[in-house]
Amino acid sequence: MSKVRKVEFDAVIVGGGGSGMRAALQLAQSGYKTAVITKVFPTRSHTVSAQGGITCAIASEDPNDQWEWHMYDTVKGSDYIGDQEAIEYMCQTGPQAVFEVEHMGLPFSRNESGRIYQRPFGGQSKDFGNGGQAARTCAAADRTGHALLHTLYQGNLKNKTVFLTEWFAVDIVKSDDASVAGVIAINIESGETVFVASKATVFATGGAGRIYASTTNAHICTGDGIGMALRAGYPVQDIEMWQFHPTGIHGAGTLVTEGCRGEGGYLINKDGERFMERYAPNAKDLAGRDVVARSMVLEILEGRGCGKDGDHVYLKLDHLGEETLNAKLPGILELSRTFAHADPVREPIPVVPTCHYMMGGIPTNVDGQALTLDSEGNDKVIDGFFACGEAACVSVHGANRLGGNSLLDLIVFGRASGLFIENQLKEGISHKSVSNDDIEQGMNRLNKINNSKSGEKAPVLRSELQTIMQNYFGVFRRGDYMKKGIHKLNDLKARVENVHLEDKSSAFNTARIEALELQNLFETAYATAVAAEGRTESRGAHAREDFQERDDDNWLCHSIYMPGKREIGKRAVNMTLKTMKPFEPKVRTY
Amino acid sequence: MLTVSVYRYNPDIDYEPYMQDFSFDDEGKDMMVLDVLEKLKVIDPTLVFRRSCREGVCGSDGVNISGKNGLACITPLSEAVRDNKLVIRPLPGLPVVRDLVIDMTQFYAQYEKIKPYMMNDSVPPEKERLQSQEDRAKLDGLYECILCACCSTACPSFWWNPDKFIGPSGLLQAYRFLADSRDTGTKERLTDLQDPFSVFRCHGIMNCVQVCPKGLNPTKAIGHIRSMLVKDSL
Repeated sequence: MSKVRKVEFDAVIVGGGGSGMRAALQLAQSGYKTAVITKVFPTRSHTVSAQGGITCAIASEDPNDQWEWHMYDTVKGSDYIGDQEAIEYMCQTGPQAVFEVEHMGLPFSRNESGRIYQRPFGGQSKDFGNGGQAARTCAAADRTGHALLHTLYQGNLKNKTVFLTEWFAVDIVKSDDASVAGVIAINIESGETVFVASKATVFATGGAGRIYASTTNAHICTGDGIGMALRAGYPVQDIEMWQFHPTGIHGAGTLVTEGCRGEGGYLINKDGERFMERYAPNAKDLAGRDVVARSMVLEILEGRGCGKDGDHVYLKLDHLGEETLNAKLPGILELSRTFAHADPVREPIPVVPTCHYMMGGIPTNVDGQALTLDSEGNDKVIDGFFACGEAACVSVHGANRLGGNSLLDLIVFGRASGLFIENQLKEGISHKSVSNDDIEQGMNRLNKINNSKSGEKAPVLRSELQTIMQNYFGVFRRGDYMKKGIHKLNDLKARVENVHLEDKSSAFNTARIEALELQNLFETAYATAVAAEGRTESRGAHAREDFQERDDDNWLCHSIYMPGKREIGKRAVNMTLKTMKPFEPKVRTY
Repeated sequence: MLTVSVYRYNPDIDYEPYMQDFSFDDEGKDMMVLDVLEKLKVIDPTLVFRRSCREGVCGSDGVNISGKNGLACITPLSEAVRDNKLVIRPLPGLPVVRDLVIDMTQFYAQYEKIKPYMMNDSVPPEKERLQSQEDRAKLDGLYECILCACCSTACPSFWWNPDKFIGPSGLLQAYRFLADSRDTGTKERLTDLQDPFSVFRCHGIMNCVQVCPKGLNPTKAIGHIRSMLVKDSL
């Protein structure tokens, strides 16, 4: 017998953010024994930081709004490598998913008729791009993520979901038939290691923005699910696609919602010029995030940046008036005053494009089932393994996510995964058989760290990794630079594997967790680097100076990074729709 | 150089807690207390604290900073340093797990006690439940709570009766649902609170208001609940 204690559940969700808690809620409501493993108390998950809203065609602000228009915008925003089947499902199911969380108590802001308030966001249009700017983002002031996350936690409390709070999932335990049998997890408070066995394991582990030095992401966004999946030999998809949000506060990196520009704010350079009018004559400041971020970097590179170092631009809000700002953007006023020492009521906020979102992730189908490729390159479902939310690549965001689509992704696909697993459990799936060797495999990495006698400290290695990613894989990319970056990552690899844990104590040992997180960051960063160097075109957020054009002949496809070979392959984009003909790729202008 | 005095206790090795002084170079910058802790952790990896969003919305890093409860990530040194000294202790009144990490079980238990979820058994409409802008405005100043526990752990009544007094955070949330026009559980909620301890142990000391990092006012919410309870019992 193995020494490790075992606990069993029908379903285990790793991650207590928006998608994980939505999946858990679905399963707990139907009476299945469901546990959420979460490394922080659920309401501390990064969903809490989402500000602007949930984009969804609920036809509140515009009674004629249609989900098909939202779908068109999302496909175009993805630069045509979002899976259209998944986007169709998300946009069509979206309203139901949004109304459900409203019924659960989410305190949405309201319009005059008492319906959910919707604001304009980037990349939104009416009538398939022909009817001008739409207002489709459902908001709770500028604290929508907070409101959503707390509502979902409350729903789970009501339905008695088991929370393994402040537990950290270390690695996947694979059964002898290569399916997923559960995870090895540490109870952070006691230091105990446990095998959490499950009939269905859902990774809702969120993003990994901390691979970059400058990010809007919380400290906890360390790509734990990506690291675990890659170490288990499973692929990740489109991992080169990282969104740089146009408006991170200069220096601090904290997010300033796109809702600011939706409410009428705009960007200016050092001459006070509203420069987005030059880059995107129609949508201006509400063009796709990739377009706005690149325009800002060009302004800075061409010497029109603001401040004494000319290394940022300004977001102007003061013309909106104090009353509007207090009502619509109260959180932004707080953040700007605290982190930029600028009061938006009177002065502009210094902002700079900042790493924000991982479009890539674990490839899944619309039911959340994780996929790998067989030897012929065909999709193959990984038995017992699911993913949803930012950790997954279902893929609804493709090469560039539209603002407000991430919260929708969380509740639509958290729900879809839950529904699918509920049906599987009803049909009677069982626990996978697991040998002591299988469990030992899952313990290898933890044992190595626990027994480390020499090596470097995690924070030092982490900061080196973040600098490499920031310098070589940022907003603009170039082949020779990226090759240099990969070379540096290769040098870092063994040092990260041999990270030294000096503190071997058991109680609430966060140094141990940070060492484990560092290795997850590294796996994610390495996959990003290889995929970014391999995709020889510019598409969405992936902008190459040496391949400036989109190359539909060769790259209208997903990249698939295979961890064994450390190289990328290709996977077709899904264009099979249930309700209409797919949207064909067009030149993308705003 | 700044002296940063930090509360240390590791149950694996320490017989009792102690204060450890670090000499710290703030590089003349008005950094946040969390930045200081992060830098100290590079020097001494055994130093333990909670943190997540680093922008004051997740509520992880509530600690006692130079005598006042607050969030480390949004408290700048200029507000926290006195006589060139910064003192960081865990939030008071709850058991210490290790260093700055407290056991928040009792705090969460009080939150769960108020049934912090929408009660409305009517069949929901196909779309959203309507709510007027005026009714929605009643939730402002209530729903923004981040469960950081700065308020409840600053409350002498909560220190005295953490098992029976709901505490300012839980009561703020209780009122958030009582004030929601969509919630139909008012009767049940008030009945649950109708005992000498749950609400009435609040003596209006207002430490909660003074420390809330989100600028919320639990005492005011408790006042509203009191009025509702009195009306309900008449």
